[in-house]
Amino acid sequence: MSSLLPWLFSAIMLGFACAVVLNRNPVASALSLVVSFLALAGLYVSLNAFFIGVIQVLVYAGAIMVLFLFIIMLLDLKAEERRTLNTTATLGGLLVAAIFVCELFSVLRHFHKGSLPFPPLAAGPLDDVRGVGTMLFSNYNLPFQVIGALILVATVGVVVLSKRELK
Amino acid sequence: MDESSLPWIILLAPLVSVAVIVFLTQGSRTISAGVSILAVLVSFVASCLVFHAPDPAGVNQITWLDFPALHVPIGVTIDQLSKTMLIVVTGIGALIHIYSAGYMKGDDGESRYFAGLSLFMFSMLGIVLANNFVMMFIFWELVGVSSYVLIGHWFFRDAPPAAANKAFITNRIGDFGFMLGILMLWLATKSVVFTEIEKSLGVSKFENLNLTAATLLIFCGTIGKSAQFPLHVWLPDAMEGPTPVSALIHAATMVAAGVYMLARVFFLVQASPDAQWVIAFIGTITSLMAASMAIQQNDIKRILAYSTLSQLGYMVMAIGMLSKEAAMFHLFTHAFFKALLFLGAGAVIYGMHHEQDIWKMGGLGKKMPLTCATFAVGTLALIGCPGFSGHFSKEMILAAALSGSKWTFAAALATAFLTSFYMVRLFVVVFLGEPKTDAAKHGHDAPPVMALPLVILAIPSFLAGYGFFISHFVPLHGTEAPGFVSLFAFLAFASGAVMAVLLYRGKKEDPIHIGLLANKYYFDEIYAALIRWTQELLARQCGRFDRWVLDGLVRLLSGGTYAAGFALRSFQVGNLQAYAFLFGAGIVAFLWYVVSK
Amino acid sequence: MNLNDYLAVSGLLFAIGFAGVMLRRNIIIIFMCLELMLNAANLSLVAFSRFHVSAAGLPDYNGQMLVFFIITVAAAEVAVGLAVIVSLYRARRTTHVEDITSMKF
Repeated sequence: MSSLLPWLFSAIMLGFACAVVLNRNPVASALSLVVSFLALAGLYVSLNAFFIGVIQVLVYAGAIMVLFLFIIMLLDLKAEERRTLNTTATLGGLLVAAIFVCELFSVLRHFHKGSLPFPPLAAGPLDDVRGVGTMLFSNYNLPFQVIGALILVATVGVVVLSKRELK
Repeated sequence: MDESSLPWIILLAPLVSVAVIVFLTQGSRTISAGVSILAVLVSFVASCLVFHAPDPAGVNQITWLDFPALHVPIGVTIDQLSKTMLIVVTGIGALIHIYSAGYMKGDDGESRYFAGLSLFMFSMLGIVLANNFVMMFIFWELVGVSSYVLIGHWFFRDAPPAAANKAFITNRIGDFGFMLGILMLWLATKSVVFTEIEKSLGVSKFENLNLTAATLLIFCGTIGKSAQFPLHVWLPDAMEGPTPVSALIHAATMVAAGVYMLARVFFLVQASPDAQWVIAFIGTITSLMAASMAIQQNDIKRILAYSTLSQLGYMVMAIGMLSKEAAMFHLFTHAFFKALLFLGAGAVIYGMHHEQDIWKMGGLGKKMPLTCATFAVGTLALIGCPGFSGHFSKEMILAAALSGSKWTFAAALATAFLTSFYMVRLFVVVFLGEPKTDAAKHGHDAPPVMALPLVILAIPSFLAGYGFFISHFVPLHGTEAPGFVSLFAFLAFASGAVMAVLLYRGKKEDPIHIGLLANKYYFDEIYAALIRWTQELLARQCGRFDRWVLDGLVRLLSGGTYAAGFALRSFQVGNLQAYAFLFGAGIVAFLWYVVSK
Repeated sequence: MNLNDYLAVSGLLFAIGFAGVMLRRNIIIIFMCLELMLNAANLSLVAFSRFHVSAAGLPDYNGQMLVFFIITVAAAEVAVGLAVIVSLYRARRTTHVEDITSMKF
């Protein structure tokens, strides 16, 4: 893969992430989120994590985003009218985010190992689905089962929440 | 049967009776009374056997506590002293048990009453038999408990529970001193057994001051139990109990335990001259003071109670004068005639339907001839009429008082005069003259079960002083009082009796009023005020401490918590994003801290 | 691109997500921004996985395992969260966080 593509995907991802935040129309935000996630899937592929990339497209860009869009349409949300920004909150949020980024960069500047190119992988096709699957059903078997229970609980919870009238 | 087991039978028979009554026969009053009487008779018979047997040679005890520094056995002492005391306690005890069966008939708490009596017998015999201080102290306390139970027998009335509390608490004050004394002796001699302490006393291991203090602390036990000044206040109030109880516990036996204990540790008294002086002083004060209070009382039992106080003062004084024989002699005779007087008073009260005021009686001599006759014997014995037992013992006491100083002799003589005066007053007002109320007109003699003990007790009350009788019980080795002592004693008796007859014959109400004496020198009021004052002072200081120190701490804590909560409350703005901001800011700050390190 | 670049991109994504949570009032948008932050974490995990190559020349699948679990849990979370938002909307007729201040002191 060309070394330019990851940068491209990164730019798309960050740009559309900004669009999520800045768009006033929720539907536009949701669609921007989809694009951002697709670009993220591209980044995963550039990191040789093909399986995760596919899952990202299927679960996030597919299932979760459809859920978001459904809810937006269900609640029939319109683009919010221009509201005066709470300056304190805005400044505070941006300040915290900026400080975080500064801290991150100062850490990365001292992490010299990280600026080396990635170590080479074994030659030939990388069957990472086999690797992930083997690990999932051996080392991570118990968490896997627990996650199953969690999803069941979430399903039941959603049913209860949507059935009961909140007063 | 082995002879060494007899003392244990004496001791344990009443305990068995307590257990049987409490666990089995509580429902049946007749059976309870029977069990209790049977137990005391067993003890009496065994005591007689012990009395006739020669003194055992060996030590009769079992090990109870065995630490390196402390050996406490449970053992019995059999000598002349305890033998005499055994006969007195079980003999009078048996008669009073029988009397009680009549007196308490129909009382709802009869089973409880007899259980209490048996418990008392057990405890009292424990004191008599004990061969060491710890065992004696345990039974000493048990006696206090049984006394408490019996004084408060009619607990549903107002006065008895209060009197029971007063008796118990007052005794506790004395017992505390007793316990400290035991501890001091144990620290000095490393032993609590009487004989061993006596032995190490011969070696004279400790300083004079130490010994005097220890002896006086031990004497505190006597002050409490034998109701000596200044802890005498409980005994008159204890008359709220049933009359047989007053006779047995608060006249004949328990209150004599203090004197008996002093006689038991007589070697300590002998060894500390300063303590002797204090003991004699306390005894003299008590006897004179109590006798003077008695002449203005109107309750038949209270008069007898003050008389008991006064006679106990005599005994204690005799001990202080190092005349153990006189004290034991008087204890012996006093036990009989005072029990007789109390039982007679009980018969009068019974016949008068529980009326105790002597000014509501009168003329009872004709209505209750038997009671009157036996009461007369008791009175004559108490006031020291020549020929009666009290005469002999009182003369010995007076002789002992003379050995101290002329002041103690004068005080003892004055007491004898007062005793004669108030007892004749009592007798004249109750039994002679005209009936003053309807109840007195219809008085009647007690039933046979109560009359029998009166008659039996009248015999030793008369005879106990004669040499052929007493020599079996108290060795008197030829201590003869000088002739003029007898003369003075007779004068005191005669003048008191004549004055009382002249003053009170045919009177409808008391011709003399001395408020100070009628109100018992205001001791109760002074004590109450003293306690209230100290209590208030203490309570106020405690309150101050509580308010400023403890409350301060608590308020500081609560205030701090409140202030912190109030400050933190401002973070609860209810805005999701504010929370998110604080959360993020916190994480960033934490990261900054980690990274900058 | 090396590891540091990926981590920087991931951090920027996280910062954008956080800024979105702080700036927006619509609770659904806030929820989307939360998803952005989750994915930022995922990205750094996958980058670390690629960085830590085993002797056999394979990426470290432990990191990818974690991403797998995060995605699963995120899916459940989104389902429950959106259900909560729907009930909230039913009760309050609003999706604006400023209107929901019942817990305010």
